[in-house]
Amino acid sequence: MACIEARGLRKVYGKTVALERVNLRVEEGRILGLIGPNGAGKSTTLGAILGLLPYEGDLKVLGRDPWTQRDLLMNDVCFIADVAVLPRWMRVSQALDYVAGVHPRFDRAKAEAFLAKTDIKRTSRVRELSKGMVTQLHLALVMAIDAKLLVLDEPTLGLDILYRKAFYDTLLNDYFDKTRTILVTTHQVEEIQHILTDVMFIDRGQVVLETSMEDFEDRYAEVMVSPDQLDAARALKPIYERQVFGRTILLFDGVERGRLTPLGEVRSPSIADLFVAVIGGQPAETHGVAA
Amino acid sequence: MSAVSDMTPDAAPASASRARPRPLLWSVRRELWENQAIWIAPLCVAAVIIFGLTVAVFAPHRTSLSTVHRTSVIVAQSVAKNPSAGSTPAVAAPPNGAPTVATETVSKTPLTPAQRRALTIMPFNIVAVAMIVTMFLVSIFYCLGAMFNERRDRSILFWKSLPVPDLTAVLAKLIVPMAILPLVTVVVTVGTQLTMLLIGLATHGRDPDVAVSIPLGEMTLVLLYGLATLTLWWAPVYAWLLLVSGWAKRAPFLWAVLPPIAVAVAEKLAFNTTYVGAVIQSRLTGSFTEAFAPFDKAGVRAGALPTISLAQIDAGKFLSAPGLWVGLIVAAALLALTVWLRREREPI
Repeated sequence: MACIEARGLRKVYGKTVALERVNLRVEEGRILGLIGPNGAGKSTTLGAILGLLPYEGDLKVLGRDPWTQRDLLMNDVCFIADVAVLPRWMRVSQALDYVAGVHPRFDRAKAEAFLAKTDIKRTSRVRELSKGMVTQLHLALVMAIDAKLLVLDEPTLGLDILYRKAFYDTLLNDYFDKTRTILVTTHQVEEIQHILTDVMFIDRGQVVLETSMEDFEDRYAEVMVSPDQLDAARALKPIYERQVFGRTILLFDGVERGRLTPLGEVRSPSIADLFVAVIGGQPAETHGVAA
Repeated sequence: MSAVSDMTPDAAPASASRARPRPLLWSVRRELWENQAIWIAPLCVAAVIIFGLTVAVFAPHRTSLSTVHRTSVIVAQSVAKNPSAGSTPAVAAPPNGAPTVATETVSKTPLTPAQRRALTIMPFNIVAVAMIVTMFLVSIFYCLGAMFNERRDRSILFWKSLPVPDLTAVLAKLIVPMAILPLVTVVVTVGTQLTMLLIGLATHGRDPDVAVSIPLGEMTLVLLYGLATLTLWWAPVYAWLLLVSGWAKRAPFLWAVLPPIAVAVAEKLAFNTTYVGAVIQSRLTGSFTEAFAPFDKAGVRAGALPTISLAQIDAGKFLSAPGLWVGLIVAAALLALTVWLRREREPI
């Protein structure tokens, strides 16, 4: 059974279409990165999956309808949102008590063990903690829940690089175990590239790219081409080209590596580069003319 | 795979050690954590009253609780005037000729036993009334914030990320004004009255009347009944406030208060009638006349007015009052809307 299955997911705010017929299928045990510019519909997608927003279309998360069965769904789903949503008046001990009191799958000892590795005091109120500590606290609560799906919406926004790295390391080492599914959105694409198993680009409410990371590496290649090879390289229809230190880097989609190797150094592009090519970039021809 | 791990011996005790989830209980507790005014406000009012009384009693130029008595007489007179305001415009001089107006003469003129008793009891009733007013004010502000604050600080995203149904969350918020605050009010009121009794005994030790004439047990029973009926009567008010709190994007107080007033004013201007105003007024203040038998006119004249006796409890009349049941049905409808809104509304 797919962990998340959406068909024709649509969401309209007044006259603004936030999501236009999105199809989505996330299998169990995957780590999917949902990447898109601001206002692309990422948070709307997550909101629909979490039962926070009404939507049109078919959506099943762990076999349930999130909008009508949110409370049941939340037995198996955890969520860390884009900004710290822990109530500022709450004490750390109260947060532990409350989640332990309402959640059947919360392992308090596990959360305590995680908190013991931080500087967070039990008696502190959330408002007294630094932004990084609040995220650590939320992560401690969430990691102690034996959930099937973890949804992260910009979980590391505004954190310094040490917290960000620790966040994803902890997630990967202590939480992810191949049976859980993780859905993550972030603007810091390069930091999560190595943990993802799948990636999806979303722009203006539509899915513009969907691929597993294995396919991603087979399909896309980046070649640094010397000026004399440029015309031969362009003949292979790169989807994007950019200049770095006076040399031209061309991005190819679905061109055999054997044909690219003679043109220059071939390597796999980063998700960020592909993102710019697919969403932010203009077509290669126009770009070439402009350059 | 999960079935296998569930059967392993070390997995069983781990799941057994987790307590059964109690979403409603913990949702109520979370309301109490967030809204400490629920118990701090009544305690502050009690502290102010006790402080005032202590100063009055121990101030050097006072000899007894006479200051309290004087205040009581003023209050007794104003209370006595109100219920009879319709029938007898001015309070007639009681047949026994005891003073009811000239407060200066209170401590000099001999009082009838009934008046003595009323005056002794009066401060205790003032405490109860002050506590009920406090309860209502705290309830109003609690309800107006209950569904609003969690949307404003976006913590609703955290609450909704846990397996707690919206109905449970809203019920927990309703339980605070419907059960928690009345209970706090009873405990603090009785505690304050007992403290006052002790202060009275300490300074009035030679006057056995003081202790004997305070029917604390009866007063507590009347208070319990009065608060239970009042709370049921006010249920639609609380439900309305919760609904507005869950709906408004800003200024829930104004949205809760101004529209009913506007409707009443519009009705008055358009039709020169006051039905809406009457409904609002009876909803706010009507529970007393529905729940208790009226005061005995003769008793009022004798100065025994301000204390409600057990004999005045009329549960049958209250339970058969259409206003009670209409109010409860309206409250249930408003509550259903509030639950729907909690699912529907997004953070502000």
